[in-house]
Amino acid sequence: MSKMEHGSYKDQSASTFSLAEDHTLANALRFTLNQDPRVSVCGYSIPHPSEARVNIRVQTTGDPAKEVLKDSCQDLMMICQHVRSTFDQAVADFKNNNGSESE
Amino acid sequence: MPKVPLWDLPELPQNQLPLHLQLQKTRVSCNNDAPTNTENVTYSGAYAALGVDNSLRLDEFRNNFKVKVIKLNEEDMEFDLIGIDASIANAFRRILISELPTMAIEKVLVANSSSVVQDEVLAHRLGLIPIKVDPRLFDYMSENDVPNEKNSIVFKLHVKCERKSGERLTVYSHDLEWLPSGSEYVLPTENSSESKPKTYTSFTSSQVSLPEFANNPITVTPGIIISKLAPGQEIELEAHAVKGVGKTHAKWSPVATAWYRMLPEVVLLQDIEDEDAQKLVNKCPVNVFDIEDMGKGVKRATVARPRACTLCRECIREPGWEEKVALRRVKDHFIFTIESTGALPPEVLFTEAVKILEDKCESVITELS
Ligand code: SF4
Repeated sequence: MSKMEHGSYKDQSASTFSLAEDHTLANALRFTLNQDPRVSVCGYSIPHPSEARVNIRVQTTGDPAKEVLKDSCQDLMMICQHVRSTFDQAVADFKNNNGSESE
Repeated sequence: MPKVPLWDLPELPQNQLPLHLQLQKTRVSCNNDAPTNTENVTYSGAYAALGVDNSLRLDEFRNNFKVKVIKLNEEDMEFDLIGIDASIANAFRRILISELPTMAIEKVLVANSSSVVQDEVLAHRLGLIPIKVDPRLFDYMSENDVPNEKNSIVFKLHVKCERKSGERLTVYSHDLEWLPSGSEYVLPTENSSESKPKTYTSFTSSQVSLPEFANNPITVTPGIIISKLAPGQEIELEAHAVKGVGKTHAKWSPVATAWYRMLPEVVLLQDIEDEDAQKLVNKCPVNVFDIEDMGKGVKRATVARPRACTLCRECIREPGWEEKVALRRVKDHFIFTIESTGALPPEVLFTEAVKILEDKCESVITELS
């Protein structure tokens, strides 16, 4: 039972997702979820500090909450990929410049 | 105030926030009593009534996001992350501290220890010694695994303080000796008829035969004092290192520290001249301000080094100064510092941390599909 979705079959626009994660992912996801215009309310809570579990609540304006959450994960992943490539480029530039200065 | 007809008022800017809201959204104000506007406005429709879209547009993020490397060497790194939300910068920081694996000593087999340092304290001290090896070359050891050359590193420590020398002997971390073929201690067994005695590890081959370690012996950070021995005392032990993460125990954390601060912004709200300028320069303990000669004997204060500001708020402490100087922090500009313990260079640590966050997203997506 690592991932769970609690919601109604009739109305899929509101669900709580229970993940085996912590603030690291939950807070970042809350940001990307909030930035999605389809989300009306979202938030997360950690029921108990000694259990690796976080409940993410997503309520949308109509779209299935699950799809919106998946898209938010996708967004976060794209952000990460861009951060990584930009960072690698910056480090490479820094190394090149400093190499030529010392020569 | 003269009456101005409504139609003569300057037009409100379209598709962008009015200046005061922009300031609240992008800056923390550090006032004398308390900081204000500390929250981040993340809701996409927060400014819908103003016709401003606050949602995430990836192309916009890609255009605005910047990384500037300030300092980089084998151990430390300082860089600026510009144009990213605190929640994501914080995720990177948290992963760096607690979720990036390294190798650390987990089991200590003490054969002899007559020093004053108790065995458990000694084992704890050994555990905290950073091992200079790329953890990506090793596997995790789960409960049912036997220690082998792919998941363990074995070190030997055998030091003795000779009685005749009369002096105390300091035991350093570099006295640890790498055993590429695994443990040398024989497991106690009932039938001693077996041809090859079993040891505490089951290495099938020596780690020296692996290409990564052939000309590159595994070492630990040298110069760390482990214990001191009086004449006649001796320590003989084996230390077994395994892979783990900082969440389990801080000894596995790959960073001495990883932290960030938001970029300080110091703004002079009025011209500060002559005597006041000198006062201001003298107030700041980290020399944020300079004096510029405006000619005709007029001296004016300028903000020369805002980055150095520690936000001690000394410059606005006295009555009247809060109206002259504004102290702010830029909410989406992070000065990120990583100090590596030596297993991996700091720039690699950061890219690995970002990869871990990507993997987390991916696993959520696959499990929800
Ligand atoms: S807050 Fe402190 S460090 Fe910053 S400018 Fe004022 S006096 Fe200097």
